[in-house]
Amino acid sequence: GKKLICVLFFSQLSRVVGAAKNETPQSRTFIRGIQTVTLIPGDGIGPEISNAVMKIFEAAKAPIRWEERNVTAIRGPGGKWMIPPDAKESMDKNKIGLKGPLKTPIAAGHPSMNLLLRKTFDLYANVRPCVSIEGYQTPYTDVNLVTIRENTEGEYSGIEHVIVDGVVQSIKLITEQASKRIAEYAFEYARNNQRASVTAVHKANIMRMSDGLFLRKCREAAEKYKDVKFTEMYLDTVCLNMVQDPTQFDVLVMPNLYGDILSDLCAGLIGGLGVTPSGNIGANGVAIFESVHGTAPDIAGKDLANPTALLLSAVMMLRHMGLHGHAKKIETACFDTIRDRKVLTKDLGGNSKCSEFTEAICQRMKDMD
Amino acid sequence: VICKLCPLSPPPAKYGGRHTVTLIPGDGIGPELLNHVREVFRFTCVPVDFEVVNVNSALETDDDMNNAITAIRRNGVALKGNIETKHTLPASVKSRNNVLRTSLDLYANVMHCQSLPGVQTRHKNIDIMIIRENTEGEYSSLEHESVSGVVESLKIITRNNSLRIADYAFKLARERGRRRVTAVHKANIMKLGDGLFLQCCREVASGYPEITFDSMIVDNTTMQLVSKPQQFDVMVMPNLYGNVVSNVCAGLVGGPGLVPGANYGHVYAVFETATRNTGKSIAEKNIANPTAMLLASCLMLDHLKLNDYASVIRNAVLTTMNETRLHTADLGGQGTTLEVVQSVMRVIQILRRIRMHVADLPS
Repeated sequence: GKKLICVLFFSQLSRVVGAAKNETPQSRTFIRGIQTVTLIPGDGIGPEISNAVMKIFEAAKAPIRWEERNVTAIRGPGGKWMIPPDAKESMDKNKIGLKGPLKTPIAAGHPSMNLLLRKTFDLYANVRPCVSIEGYQTPYTDVNLVTIRENTEGEYSGIEHVIVDGVVQSIKLITEQASKRIAEYAFEYARNNQRASVTAVHKANIMRMSDGLFLRKCREAAEKYKDVKFTEMYLDTVCLNMVQDPTQFDVLVMPNLYGDILSDLCAGLIGGLGVTPSGNIGANGVAIFESVHGTAPDIAGKDLANPTALLLSAVMMLRHMGLHGHAKKIETACFDTIRDRKVLTKDLGGNSKCSEFTEAICQRMKDMD
Repeated sequence: VICKLCPLSPPPAKYGGRHTVTLIPGDGIGPELLNHVREVFRFTCVPVDFEVVNVNSALETDDDMNNAITAIRRNGVALKGNIETKHTLPASVKSRNNVLRTSLDLYANVMHCQSLPGVQTRHKNIDIMIIRENTEGEYSSLEHESVSGVVESLKIITRNNSLRIADYAFKLARERGRRRVTAVHKANIMKLGDGLFLQCCREVASGYPEITFDSMIVDNTTMQLVSKPQQFDVMVMPNLYGNVVSNVCAGLVGGPGLVPGANYGHVYAVFETATRNTGKSIAEKNIANPTAMLLASCLMLDHLKLNDYASVIRNAVLTTMNETRLHTADLGGQGTTLEVVQSVMRVIQILRRIRMHVADLPS
């Protein structure tokens, strides 16, 4: 009774805050009750970091119910590889998902799981906010940018041919439709998250037609969002400037390959994949948030993993859902714990266990209440 | 300037001891920086004559480029500024810089990134040689719009060119006593294309047992470069990744104003700044950093076997770099281009005087 009222109150508060702050195009404001989210723990350290996140969410009293699913590929009727139907059903129903690292299959003959998920839900935008973490020192301070990468086409079309023996052709595909979609998403994101500018990253001096098309679509989208500043910059210039002064960048939008490289470069600036959140936005309101590090099989099951990346992705998920209050609470607890430097996992420079780190964050949140 | 101050015994050269080099001023800061190079060469009595060929980037015709290419074929060596690619021209007008590289088959782009003592950077002790395939890959300029709104851009990887560049990389590594060559690729996604490149590198590596060969995926490479760049020694890669990695490395050692670049083919060689920037926004303001272009001219002198001249100018430039008050805007200072160039010439003067005194000492 009382608990439900408390939850309702917090949800109402979040909704008000959410409406005042931002409404992402696919965000959902939850007026009452608990929201169900599909959880894909993944492989290797996946299950333990997922547990850590669930524990922290519980301590934060976040109105989230987790529905665990496995996405190991199965052969469907007709021989096509697909994700298990119960996983697909869950995602289609819940729309929001949180995913741990997935094993890359070497044999098995089926395509990468990430690729399968991407195709199944048309996850066209990969969003990575990169913010410097106080307490986790890197040579770069004050990084605060977002990379938005087109995730369906470009250089990763997978279309390659051997023309003659010793000559290979890989096809990079740029379409008007996909470019328009990602460009508009980038501006929408900027507007909804109070970001001042969007920079299109390209190599239209060399790839005149393909990147030229991408650039044109970005320019067209810029016309519709006059409140957001628009600039264009060559990929090499971005790389050059990024490592000298990352503070000059805000939101970056780009095709697939450049996005892959730049998003990892930016992750490197703030401390690596172990602390970088990531979200994938799909058509039909689907959004899957994930940690982008590997499965770390060497430390799996030993309570040594760092759950920060998955936790920050879950925080990103809460913001997407409009639950800003809970997002802020969890994020603050996490950053404060790292800044304190008393309880840190090995990769962050400490020697605590995953469970100890998780407990420290939970304790902080209890103290906040 | 009295030429009895010039170093002794002129090296073997064509046509009466002097070399002719094609000079392409380009756009942006190119013309002013190349003028400074000529000033320094004149001051140092370098036996090089420049044949200036202008390329107008605003024109659609290829005449200018053809003239430039012919001149380079004639002289064998060129020093150039970057030629702007104007987006207002139709897509059929390809990047002139790219046309130059492919026409002359300048297949290896070589960049040596070293931390300079006088320059403050976040990372220290960087010493990376980047060898980038310069003619094919994503820069093949083969694009078409088969269906309206759908553009295909072809990335070509060939066995010949991959073997060639890998060979160049390992030869250079051996020559310079370097220990490790890392191939940068994305063969997990582009299995056939980058897979072929990687395979060729492995084949060549087997012929150099004293050199360690490994490979790294390009996104991980950039992440490693910004956290621990000291782990890299020599890196070899296809065209686009080379573009990314060379710009990241240039940024790590202090920016575009410091690093020279060289493009080598079997027959021709063209020298320029490593990051190939036009620098339109700082053109003609006397704030551009002349270091990269001056060091590029030194690489050119080395190529012409005018090593003594190269050393003198290079030492002068590096000595000037140590002087923080002369740092230009890109290094966070307030020095002007002219101040840097004048300082370089002053140091050359001093170095020559020292040499003369040493030569005059009784043996």
